[in-house]
Amino acid sequence: MSVSSPVKIKIDGVEVTTYEGDTILSAAKRAGIYIPTLCYLDGLSSYGGCRLCIVEVKGSPKLFPSCTTPVSNGIEIITNSEKLRKFRKLTLELILSEKPHICSICVANGHCELQDLAKEFGVDHLRIEREWTAHKIDLTHDFLVIDHNRCILCARCIRACDEIEGVHVLDMKMRGKDSQVIIDMDEDWASSRSCTSCRKCAMVCPVGAIYVRDKPFSEIKDKEIAKFILSRRGS
Amino acid sequence: MMGDLRKINFATVWLSGCSGCHMSFLDQDEKIVDLAQKIQLAYSPLMDAKIFPENVDVTVVEGAIGNEEQLNLIKKIREHTKILIAIGDCAVTGNMVTLRNVLDNGAGAILKRAYIETATENPQIPNDVPKLLEQARPLNEIVRVDYFIPGCPPSADLINYVLTEIMAGRTPNMEGKAKYG
Amino acid sequence: MKPEDILRTAREEAEKQGFYKYRINICCSSGCLPFGALNLLKAFENAVKEFGVESECKVARTGCPGTCSVGPVVLVEPGGYIYQNVTPEKAREIVKSHIVAGIPVKEYLYANEAFFKKQLRLVLRNAGKINPMRIEDYIAAGGYQALIKCLTKMTPKEVIDEVIASGLRGRGGAGFPTGQKWNFVAREKNALKYVVANLDEGDPGVFANRTLAEADPHSIIEGTIISAYAVGAEYGYIYVRAEYPLAVNTLREALKQAKAMNLIGKNILESGFNFNIELRLGAGAFIAGEETGILASIEGRRATPRPRPPYPATSGLWGKPTLINNVETLANVPLIILNGGDWFAKIGTPKCAGTKCFSLTGKVNNPGLIEVPMGITLREVIFEIGGGILGGRKFKALLVGGPSGGCLPESMLDLPIDYESLTKAGAIMGSGGIVVIDDTACMVDTAWFFTDFCVDESCGRCVPCRVGLLKIRNILERIMKGEGKMDDIDLLEELGVYVRDASLCGLGQTAPNPTLTTLRYFRDEYVAHISEKRCPAGKCFKEPASMEVKE
Repeated sequence: MSVSSPVKIKIDGVEVTTYEGDTILSAAKRAGIYIPTLCYLDGLSSYGGCRLCIVEVKGSPKLFPSCTTPVSNGIEIITNSEKLRKFRKLTLELILSEKPHICSICVANGHCELQDLAKEFGVDHLRIEREWTAHKIDLTHDFLVIDHNRCILCARCIRACDEIEGVHVLDMKMRGKDSQVIIDMDEDWASSRSCTSCRKCAMVCPVGAIYVRDKPFSEIKDKEIAKFILSRRGS
Repeated sequence: MMGDLRKINFATVWLSGCSGCHMSFLDQDEKIVDLAQKIQLAYSPLMDAKIFPENVDVTVVEGAIGNEEQLNLIKKIREHTKILIAIGDCAVTGNMVTLRNVLDNGAGAILKRAYIETATENPQIPNDVPKLLEQARPLNEIVRVDYFIPGCPPSADLINYVLTEIMAGRTPNMEGKAKYG
Repeated sequence: MKPEDILRTAREEAEKQGFYKYRINICCSSGCLPFGALNLLKAFENAVKEFGVESECKVARTGCPGTCSVGPVVLVEPGGYIYQNVTPEKAREIVKSHIVAGIPVKEYLYANEAFFKKQLRLVLRNAGKINPMRIEDYIAAGGYQALIKCLTKMTPKEVIDEVIASGLRGRGGAGFPTGQKWNFVAREKNALKYVVANLDEGDPGVFANRTLAEADPHSIIEGTIISAYAVGAEYGYIYVRAEYPLAVNTLREALKQAKAMNLIGKNILESGFNFNIELRLGAGAFIAGEETGILASIEGRRATPRPRPPYPATSGLWGKPTLINNVETLANVPLIILNGGDWFAKIGTPKCAGTKCFSLTGKVNNPGLIEVPMGITLREVIFEIGGGILGGRKFKALLVGGPSGGCLPESMLDLPIDYESLTKAGAIMGSGGIVVIDDTACMVDTAWFFTDFCVDESCGRCVPCRVGLLKIRNILERIMKGEGKMDDIDLLEELGVYVRDASLCGLGQTAPNPTLTTLRYFRDEYVAHISEKRCPAGKCFKEPASMEVKE
């Protein structure tokens, strides 16, 4: 990606010069234009699942996730229309109503990306009834915990485990509303033979779904970890 | 109602919550004096009124709907209140009151836990208190709510901001302020 | 083998078949098999022997002629006589009267001429007429001659130009111009390219691709080989649902026979073109039929769609340029090559050339598999081909495009069938399912049923589809139980538009259609449920009863 031709685009009316192969999101970031993200994490592959980073491209009726959409010469991007703000707010409302999220008793309270985004967008209540289904909490590992009641299925942990640690312990089972992050072949964490207990899943989890027991949450989180390791690998 | 000299008929209600939001409300410190000059307290756990009055301008409700008495009360409140404000996570989302919602027979399970399993003497489930609802509910699932102040508890500043805006006839902008937990 | 050998086979086979004065075709597709089609086959063979007409009457097992509602079905040629609900007893009678004496047995005939009158069977040209298990039958019917024409007389570019000229558009649902898609893949400079034939027909009540594969597998295979030749691919996959065992077996056998005749493999018909096809079986996820979902599944991963770009044309299977076509699209290709793009472009409408297969189901008198020219109106399909509403009841709505199609009311019946008109009305061409709904159905329940299907089939990757659809379903459920609020209508609309616009793939982008169209055309039913606690069809206020869908 180092040697590629320059590409000129417009983001919110600002002219930005970037290069071929760059995504709209990283082009915007470098230009200092903020686009909210949730499932995206610097250093991991883009997933395009949370739809918070959707943007409009002038001339297209479609919306594009900026984390996966490559730039192309001359495109004009709108990052913050009323429609996008409305959709992002609704996205957060839906994520919050999918599981019994209760911030006040969550380990991530105060360090949660979902909580921060809800605050940012003024999601002051949920118009949609929540799902009251209890999900499993796996407490078998010596110090790592996964609480599926809090999981937002952003797949950051899966990607970190696969792409950074390289062991691919974590993956997803089932589909749709029944999707769930699993360990190995859907086993207890303690019986996992492939888990290296590296904690990267906990470091990248945006919410309180994966955490290290008896550790302050602020110490577990490391949103730079993937980027840091990649930079040391020289990739 | 704004701008005229009549004092605002004001009520606060404490449902299934810990009263922390009322504490936070009182924490407005000297600003509460300004507020007090504009309002007339019609009903509140802070005073001795047994029946929710009619013609209330603003009612601030803390807590989720957890039992049948509260269910009836919130409907009555809605009927007699111009502006209904849900204050705190319990009123807004149900918060930890809704922890029982994921259980089968949630009400029975928590009653058993509280009155039988952990009782030190004379374990029995009381029958002279309002019946617990199977699932606790946030206010807006039962009645229309006009404004929401999330937080556990919401900060006194946020409460003051929202009330000031509403009393000035403006819509509070919750972007960057509505923090759960 | 050389092209001449194929042509000779065609001649010889046609000659052989010409010996017979009559041909009795017994439908052995999935529709007729459960009704004893194989016993029937035996009964006919025995009857032919019994009356000593073996030398002038050929009994053959074939695919489906389309009249699935009256199976088992038997087609007697010449003349195209279709016998319905045939039993072994009737078989004997038919042979005795029709074959021996030359008098068709009137009372057993499928009397519904209207069913075929407005149809134009191009893709289904051989369905019900040839034995799908014999490649010679297909060749005798003109099969593989388009491939020979491509390999001997046309450059890949000329093939693509012909397809572009034909105006053929993707029959999988979205209607993307096929020739243009081929062009995208053809211009990629990569030694390794793939083609994929998509036969992952997952919609409830849709059986067009299935029938095609069971009745005429070689038309799919020939189209696939031609597409590979056009784009320069050496490997191809036909992706079939494992739930279609007969289609799988038929295709497997067809591939074997095509390989034996060097129509697939190395140096095809000594043209220097190599192409191999493998069959891949899906595990039943609806989402595996999605363009990128199918790729993931073929690679052996979870059938989860991914964001585009990159499009499969540049980065598909294992990162290589990949052409994905629906099998119905591919089955059109041999005809276009043989008759010319201009010929094809004249069929249908200027913007939508050709025909489309529809699985006509629901409360209609003549359900079955039909193929109609584009531009025909919905009214013609339902009231002429379909023969009107079952039991003389009143028409209420029809759902076009499968579970993520739209429910259109009576006022839309004169809508011509083409991609643009349907999309504008809130429906989609989709996989070609038409479910006719009569006045006994509740439209909220109908929306619930199809939304519930999509909730089940959502892959779960993006929030709008995973959570948004679930909430739409829950709100519909609430309304059906009489717990709805007037605000719910706005909320449904808001959620529907959001899921449609913000979802990652085609499933989410179309899944709110039943809800959005019922809100658009049948809003009064929602209002009645909410404000009057009344279900106009008398269905609701109990547990949601699922609609019957005939598969």
